[in-house]
Amino acid sequence: MNPAKILVGAFLVNNIILMRFIGLCPFFGVSNTVGTSVGMSAAVLFVMLLASWVSWVLYHTLLLPFGLVFLRTAVFILVIAGLVQFVEMVLKKHVRNLYSALGIYLPLITTNCAILGVTFLNVDYRFDLLRSTLFALGTALGFALAIVLFAAIRERLEDSPISPSFRGYPIAFVGASLVSLAFLGFTSLFGISL
Amino acid sequence: MNTTPSRWQYFVSGIIKENPVLILMIGLCPTLATSVSARDALGMAAAASFVLIGSNVVVSAIRKVVPSSVRIPIFIIVISTFVTIIDYVLQAYQPAMYRVLGVFVPLIVVNCIILGRAEAFAYGHGVFDSLLDALGKSVGYALVMLVMGSLREIFAAGTWFGQAVTPAWFRASPMLFMIFPPGAFFLIGILKALVNRLTIRA
Repeated sequence: MNPAKILVGAFLVNNIILMRFIGLCPFFGVSNTVGTSVGMSAAVLFVMLLASWVSWVLYHTLLLPFGLVFLRTAVFILVIAGLVQFVEMVLKKHVRNLYSALGIYLPLITTNCAILGVTFLNVDYRFDLLRSTLFALGTALGFALAIVLFAAIRERLEDSPISPSFRGYPIAFVGASLVSLAFLGFTSLFGISL
Repeated sequence: MNTTPSRWQYFVSGIIKENPVLILMIGLCPTLATSVSARDALGMAAAASFVLIGSNVVVSAIRKVVPSSVRIPIFIIVISTFVTIIDYVLQAYQPAMYRVLGVFVPLIVVNCIILGRAEAFAYGHGVFDSLLDALGKSVGYALVMLVMGSLREIFAAGTWFGQAVTPAWFRASPMLFMIFPPGAFFLIGILKALVNRLTIRA
């Protein structure tokens, strides 16, 4: 499949949050302000690229040749958990600026199903390393687009007169529904269906 | 102190009072993604329940020998073992269901409901109590999945478990919106508002 189509497909057509429903916890959890959602998006971009490289290499050099594919769930989740810890330690020691910006989001990422979901999808679609990278990049950008757009809407919602039963989560869901409706317009853009 | 009511409470609390989806708002991804029809929704609920019950029982059985500093990785290994089992069982015996649920079967491993119960309940309680807790949460989860799946299937296709339940004119032009992602977000928003309304009154 055309690499450019993979990037656009992951970014808009099959947006990971709004179309695939993967990664909803951070989507609703840290989208209160635009600032936090930008921080979360940067951390996701960083870890998602690393995780898809590491998992791709492990899958194609260890699991596949030795017939250990059934271990992929356990291996991928442990690798991601370890990777996040490692990244956190390295940033804390060597890149203080980045750590103070991303630090609080990193532990949350271990249980972010978007990261794990991308590693599984890379395997399921049989992507090579270049396509896996583009898929991870597109997915992370799509995550960022959705969460930042949504945070801007939620900031407005804070000051709006909303009936008590709809305050908080319900109105956020209805807002997400409308954003998702807009993304439905990208369906089969450039003939991308993946 | 009589222990019977408190044990019963472990089971009952998961169904309404601490319903994982509608009250605690966790485990949303599979709830929204796989509730396209009543059958698929119950399939997902069954897969997640199997993992939740299995992991709760095992975690509580080994809780005395697991040092607390490494408990989270061990929970994850226990959970991923059960996820792998259900992954392969579905692939072998329910291939159609497996294709529909797709990536959400391996993703059960990061379902917050399951890790949350291992950490918050099973690690500090006995095997039988943990089993009751897992059963209660499973029933609560299945209930939400059944409601979501049924409503989406009825509105989007006019059928329920594949049987026509609406007049022919409705099935000729149903509310297709409900089968798409916006419909799922909209429906859970309405359900949550309804729950808020009831709990604020009470």
